[in-house]
Amino acid sequence: MNWLASADPLFVHGVTFAVLVIVVVKVVLAFALLMTSVILMIWFERKLISDMQSRIGPQRWGPFGLLQTLADGLKLMLKEDLIPSEADRTVFKLAPFLVLVPAFVTFGLVPIGGTLTIAGHTVLLEVANPPMGILLLLAMSGISVYGVMLAGWSSGSKYPLLSSVRASAQMISYEAALGMSIVTVVLVTGSLSVHDIVDSQSQGIWHWNLIRLGIVPFVVFVIAITAELNRPPFDVVEAESELVGGFHTEYSSFRFAIFFLAEYMNTITMSAIIVTLFLGGPAGWVPNIAHLRWIFPIVWFLLKTVGFAFCYIWFRASLPRFRYDQLMDLGWKRLIPLSLGWMLIVAGFLVAKGWGFIMAAVVLLSYSVLARAFSLGQTREVGADAVLPIVGQRPLPGQVLREHTDEAGD
Amino acid sequence: MIASAYAVPSVLVFVTSALLILIGALGVISVRNPVHAALCLIMTLFGVAVAFVAQSADFLAAVQIIVYAGAIVVLFLFVIMFLGVDQRAHIHFEPLVGQRAFAGVGVAITVAGLIALMARSHWVTGAVSVSSKLSNGSGNVKELGTAVFTTYLFAFEATSALLVIAVVGAVLLARRERSTTSEEAPQ
Repeated sequence: MNWLASADPLFVHGVTFAVLVIVVVKVVLAFALLMTSVILMIWFERKLISDMQSRIGPQRWGPFGLLQTLADGLKLMLKEDLIPSEADRTVFKLAPFLVLVPAFVTFGLVPIGGTLTIAGHTVLLEVANPPMGILLLLAMSGISVYGVMLAGWSSGSKYPLLSSVRASAQMISYEAALGMSIVTVVLVTGSLSVHDIVDSQSQGIWHWNLIRLGIVPFVVFVIAITAELNRPPFDVVEAESELVGGFHTEYSSFRFAIFFLAEYMNTITMSAIIVTLFLGGPAGWVPNIAHLRWIFPIVWFLLKTVGFAFCYIWFRASLPRFRYDQLMDLGWKRLIPLSLGWMLIVAGFLVAKGWGFIMAAVVLLSYSVLARAFSLGQTREVGADAVLPIVGQRPLPGQVLREHTDEAGD
Repeated sequence: MIASAYAVPSVLVFVTSALLILIGALGVISVRNPVHAALCLIMTLFGVAVAFVAQSADFLAAVQIIVYAGAIVVLFLFVIMFLGVDQRAHIHFEPLVGQRAFAGVGVAITVAGLIALMARSHWVTGAVSVSSKLSNGSGNVKELGTAVFTTYLFAFEATSALLVIAVVGAVLLARRERSTTSEEAPQ
């Protein structure tokens, strides 16, 4: 049992009934917190975008229109639940839950405060603190691709299918940059546990990973996570002007509500993850007031998270959508080399200063080689089937395949 | 013998993971639709991850999900969707005559061999892991990293070289220069 205790001080005295109750209460509280914040987040987004576009926004239900989301949710539940006749019924029903579950699990990893002592038990203010915590985050973001992909495929309709193909390519492309910027954080912390990552940043603002690692991993992480979330300006997956509604076009009623819920849950969770990894999580100034000291970390954490939630809404209101090829260029040609190079430099400086400078020189050299390769690739003449014809004359993938197989048959 | 060697929770975990692995694996080969088969494969991979956690190989479990379930099967699905092979998966003839009978015989021999090995050897020890215990509470990344970058460095680098060669080869096959294609093109 000692490996349990080393991960979470709650289990120091073994698993007793009180410990069980505390764990259940923590899970229920986290669930309630996430659901409430989703309701507030949707309201916040609608209000803020209205403000930025000189509109009024929701105002009918509750004070300042706060209950608008509840009304919308009730309306969605009372609507007819349609399943298209061409749909793959099992997968169609499974897909919304594949989006929802990773969103919940990821939030369970986030420490929203320091520690609290309840009846002699030291309680970490996070649902779980597994030893490979941050890898679980990567695993969950990998799994959440399936929900989007399978939703689009199982609808048996062309726009959702296009959307799911885009989603899978986009999410896989940005996963690499995301992972590499997380690796820099792990390198400097020396541990994969989320709690240790937060602890190592708690000595003040100069120890936050945002500053300690240079700004680059933070910027890469924010861009990559925005792409993972399919939020604007990377929302080619659900681009209304091209794909109707994207992967959830054919969904209605409660199944659609689940997608909507998961999207906002993910936005909140990822804001919280950014805060945890780069801005010290609950770290901040704590005044010396007896019995109330535990509240201030939570307040700091919530403030920082709301700040990032604001940024996401700001992105949506102000940035135009990327074209699909620009999106792929940014992911593969800019972010992946940048995050990989920065990771090498950070690793070098962790060994010794000299190695850091050597690494920086090597990385700069390879960047110049890479830049030369990119410029060559753009100007060089390539084969006929490497360049796609103009959009109107472009054959569909199925046709291309048939042509090639026919040629092989001759 | 087995019941006395294991505690009840670990037996439960083992049974769950084994069921996940077996049902998923049977699904992969028996389901008609390729997308469903890929889903069954994910189930198997999750079962293997659970088994890794039960052996206190946390890092391997996480990597199993990230790499296999999170990337490789996604690429399978991507190709299945992109080429639209999911609608016409009707195989009307058997390319090898009598392959089903041969497969049955092969399975029978393998299963009999495994059962004979398990009955005669001392594989069931009751210990969670056969080698020394890796996990010291802070995960087993450090031990794994040390092993990979010292003892098994050559194998590690050889694998990475192999992967790079595969990628370069794939790019070469996919992107042909004009000089070579102009001769091959029939027009």
